Amino acid sequence: MQVEINVNGKARKAEVEDRTLLVYFLRDTLQLTGTHVGCDTSSCGACTVHLDGVAVKSCTLLAAQADGCSVTTIEGMAKDGEMHPLQEGFRECHGLQCGYCTPGMIMTAADLLKRTPKPSETEIRFALEGNICRCTGYHNIVKAIQWAAENTAAPMLADSHLWTNDVVVEKVVETE
Amino acid sequence: MITYPFEYKRASSVAEAVSMLAEGGKALSGGHSLIPSMKLRLNMPDALVDVGRIPELKGISMDGDELVIGAGSTHADIADSQLVKEKLSLFAEGAAHIGDPAVRSRGTIGGSLAHADPSADWPALVLAANATIVVTGPNGERSIPSTDFFTGLFSTALNDDELITKIRVPVSAGSKSTYQKFAQPASRYALVGCAIVKQADGQVSVAFSGVSDAPFRDTDVEKNLNSGQEAGPVGKGQSIMSDNFASEKYRVHLASVYLQRALEAVA
Amino acid sequence: MSNRYIGESIKRREDKRFITGKGRYTDDIVLPGMLHAHFVRSPYAHARVVGIDLEEAKAMPGVIAIYTGDDVAAINGVPCGWQVNFRNGETMREPKHPMLIPTGSTAKHVGDAVAVVIAETKDSAIDAAELVMVEWEELPAVAAPADAILPDAPKVHEQFPDNKAFDWTFGNPIEEVDAAMEKAAHITELEFINQRVVPNAMEPRAYIGSYDETSDKYTLYTSTQNPHLIRLLMCAFVLGIPEHKVRVVGPDVGGGFGSKIYHYTEEALVTWASKQIGQPVKWTSDRSEAFLTDAHGRDHATKAEMGFDADGNIVGLRIKTVANMGAYLSTFAPAVPTYLHGTLLQGLYTTPKINIDMTCVFTHTVAVDAYRGAGRPEATYLLERLMDLAALEMGRDPAELRFQNFIPPFDGVEQPGYQTQVALQYDSGNYEAVLKRGLEMLGYENFRAEQAEAAKTNKILGVGFSTYVEACGIAPSAVVGALGARAGLFESAQVRVQPTGKVSVFTGSHSHGQGHETTFVQVVADKLGIPMDDVDLVHGDSDTIAFGMGTYGSRSLAVGGSAIVKSIDKILEKGAKIAAHKLECAEGDLEYAEGKWTVKGTDKSIGFGDVALTAYVPHVYPAGLEPGLDFSSFYDPANFTYPFGCHIAVVEVDKETGKVTLKRMIAVDDVGNVINPMIVDGQIHGGLAQGIGQALFEGTIYDENGQLTNGSYMDYCMPRADDLPMFETDRQVTPCPHNPLGVKGAGEAGAIGSTPAVVNAVIDALWSAGHKPKDILMPLTSERVWEAMN
Repeated sequence: MQVEINVNGKARKAEVEDRTLLVYFLRDTLQLTGTHVGCDTSSCGACTVHLDGVAVKSCTLLAAQADGCSVTTIEGMAKDGEMHPLQEGFRECHGLQCGYCTPGMIMTAADLLKRTPKPSETEIRFALEGNICRCTGYHNIVKAIQWAAENTAAPMLADSHLWTNDVVVEKVVETE
Repeated sequence: MITYPFEYKRASSVAEAVSMLAEGGKALSGGHSLIPSMKLRLNMPDALVDVGRIPELKGISMDGDELVIGAGSTHADIADSQLVKEKLSLFAEGAAHIGDPAVRSRGTIGGSLAHADPSADWPALVLAANATIVVTGPNGERSIPSTDFFTGLFSTALNDDELITKIRVPVSAGSKSTYQKFAQPASRYALVGCAIVKQADGQVSVAFSGVSDAPFRDTDVEKNLNSGQEAGPVGKGQSIMSDNFASEKYRVHLASVYLQRALEAVA
Repeated sequence: MSNRYIGESIKRREDKRFITGKGRYTDDIVLPGMLHAHFVRSPYAHARVVGIDLEEAKAMPGVIAIYTGDDVAAINGVPCGWQVNFRNGETMREPKHPMLIPTGSTAKHVGDAVAVVIAETKDSAIDAAELVMVEWEELPAVAAPADAILPDAPKVHEQFPDNKAFDWTFGNPIEEVDAAMEKAAHITELEFINQRVVPNAMEPRAYIGSYDETSDKYTLYTSTQNPHLIRLLMCAFVLGIPEHKVRVVGPDVGGGFGSKIYHYTEEALVTWASKQIGQPVKWTSDRSEAFLTDAHGRDHATKAEMGFDADGNIVGLRIKTVANMGAYLSTFAPAVPTYLHGTLLQGLYTTPKINIDMTCVFTHTVAVDAYRGAGRPEATYLLERLMDLAALEMGRDPAELRFQNFIPPFDGVEQPGYQTQVALQYDSGNYEAVLKRGLEMLGYENFRAEQAEAAKTNKILGVGFSTYVEACGIAPSAVVGALGARAGLFESAQVRVQPTGKVSVFTGSHSHGQGHETTFVQVVADKLGIPMDDVDLVHGDSDTIAFGMGTYGSRSLAVGGSAIVKSIDKILEKGAKIAAHKLECAEGDLEYAEGKWTVKGTDKSIGFGDVALTAYVPHVYPAGLEPGLDFSSFYDPANFTYPFGCHIAVVEVDKETGKVTLKRMIAVDDVGNVINPMIVDGQIHGGLAQGIGQALFEGTIYDENGQLTNGSYMDYCMPRADDLPMFETDRQVTPCPHNPLGVKGAGEAGAIGSTPAVVNAVIDALWSAGHKPKDILMPLTSERVWEAMN
């Protein structure tokens, strides 16, 4: 079947199998390999992206279900060369080591900050319930998210769209 | 990980979904129970009927003394709903315990009920709340009391060609309710989930997820409590589950502890 | 030399690609014409392949080739890199691990591969693999090490009916230890299982084999911790292809924790198949497959006794352990329970007599090999559980009992290293200091009062101590060679100064999260007195790096970093010759600082960049000196390094449910000099989480048929963010006296000390409430803790 999905602001049209999962559409069809696969059971969160502005596990979603929707991946988080505050926070606080879980962590954290701009440590830890990191012990991930919450200018917080970069659709790009 | 091949169909109305289901296949709502089981190839429907965009399945409202929840409402929709918090805090509390934020944003109450995982949270919640599951099939709509809905391990009274459309839950002034959950540490499903609704007159209804191979209302416990006695043993006559995380003995013990905690919460 | 960077928490240079989704892991790589492999694996722990029918599978769309054991019979098995013989001199038993189990042979663990389907897409390979019809004859299986040595245990390898790979004894003669124990006033005895855990690096293993006909050259992209070692093992021992015809690339690797050290059959198979087919072949493990095929860790069944005199001094330690090797011997497997474990049983104590009796057995399970800490966590668990239990039994304070028995401080410079009863000589240590600091951070006295109050409630509190010493920086090649290693354990480095004075550093270490691109560059920039921006680090490619032994055993900076320093010394030595020539002075008149050579006592100087340019444009140049400024070095350490520390856990136990909540985790570690404190802290944090994971959450569960019953993230529990507190860390610095950076290694410390601290804390909580369990089986699930109280 054919799907058309707005990915990081670009409308992407492609032929996929009915059974194609969104994560493989992103990784294999669009070559957006920042979204990772770490498990088979929707448990680890490495594949987290935003679907219409909400964090979802792209391994548990058909590309067909995302047809007509807007998807933001880690590749879409920096805007005009400016890092997203969470990206800065992870770097600033050493919130990553091997980097494999990091995109999913950032996408989950972006969803959290959108709902709860100044989360407590407990709120952050509960929000990360579905994201597994094997390197950091989460300590610096919690700090990275706190950093982003503290170092985000007020106008940016007011603009809820910023957190997901639901930007204007550009021209349609066909992908084989 | 990839599912077996299947045909994807998208329904835009309940009527269309029902006619598609009549040709076979399974309804796909949030997909958070179904897709994982299909990826592991434990489930292999020929077709999936996507009901995720049907407007009729969305929405939460009051209808007289009943809270009516569209089957396509996500766990997050319900957890965040002011109306639910006000009228039936049990559901908001329970929904907030399901999975993780990403799962709550996609998984739906209808999908979870249809999947009928004995360790899922919704079954105990709807049972304790005396909810009615409203379904639509080729012969129109019918209502299934939650107590008749769960028929065993992953099995329900829902026919293959029927779709859950809404959940109707009676709410009454002065009632108190709670959901107390001991989570399996890896999956975060309920090892024991105890839901209690206590009416203004003190009468309680008590239901458990995670304890038996089918969720259940503990009528013995209810009888005891409602006649002013101690709760007594939990899960009498039930087939208690035993697994890597809790033996039968420990599960029953946990269920008793969580029943007491729930009773304290509504005292 | 300058001191701009060393010791500073410089933000990581590698982060930019990871936080923007531009990391390049093996599965992200797409080569033209690339095909996909999927393996058909044994669903049984032990079963004979009676026959294989490929007909239906071959007819599936997209299928290019299907290979079975008979097709690859000529390929050798994956080799073992360490030989430990039986105590009676009999040679270690080394069963072949075939690439694919041939018809008539037996699969020896669930997941043992019997066929591989190669197809145009991953999906079509999976679909076709399901149609490969294998007729199996299921046979009885054994999974637990202690069961494997029972007389009627199912045999893993017919030719080794007692299931033993080897046995081993170490330390003082057993008669001496027995005699010491007979005189003991108190003996603390503990039987326990150090359970099998799964490393679970978040990136599943992935490989791409690619063959180029025109050059007769193979390239293997692999998620490995040591590309050169994989090349050596695969070429020389498995495929028999010339080493110079193979390039092995370890791109970004998503964590290893030991599991990606080893050479796996799938690596050799995709490489081999790419030549057969003439197209690149990729294989990426699923998580379920990873649980069944990645090497696991730990898995010891132990009986340990520690004897004390009437004053509480340790007089002897006697240990009997059965360790699980799995079905086959993985690359480093024999070393883990022996030379990485037995040699650490001195701990930080003056124990005069120590003996360990070790039996290493085959079972119908996937191989067990080094997992973060490798042997040292098992040794530390044994010692530190005994210490806390002994204190409880003797009515002594556990901290006091340790202070009494600690080896006194020694710096390895003024005071000699400490010679243990188990072969090692510790380099430097100050064990009292870390425990003192830990107790301060804990607020020990207040804690005991708080605990007494809590004991009256349903939420009881406990504190657990653990002090450890470990051996890192593996290792002196001659020493490990004498102990059975079939490889040297040096490291190589090349420092190439470009004509413009910019520097490329090539290291044989491999970074998969450790931050080498930052820390190594901090060292180089400071040693050369130039900006970090002028230095880049290259790693992970056997074509660009001379050689490498890779990253494990907390060895990268201690060994790999030292190799870099050696090369820098050579650069500066040659640079001084050029500088002296240019400045028309004697070399001895020069000093090097802040990136320039200065004639002492003058303002005459020449910069590093000018010298570099001169080396490549040698118009005015010392006679007889070669042009260029580029040096390679190999560093073979003089000794292991011995980090140490103190970990303290505070837990709350729900008496009604047995649920344990970790309230505090304190870690005071001494890892020698620190190049980048931020990164060292991060390493400690990650180690703590894995150690806590073993104590509270993790562990394989095999059923009586050898089936892993918790092989997914729905069942195998690892710590999540909401299971852990913020960690409280501090450090002491006792420099390593024998390497140029004075560093010891930080990668494993967290995982070594934390596990016994957490378990001790739970036991302490229970004793505070009147229950007196000696042991609770790890992981300390709610049910097990509740059982211990009921």
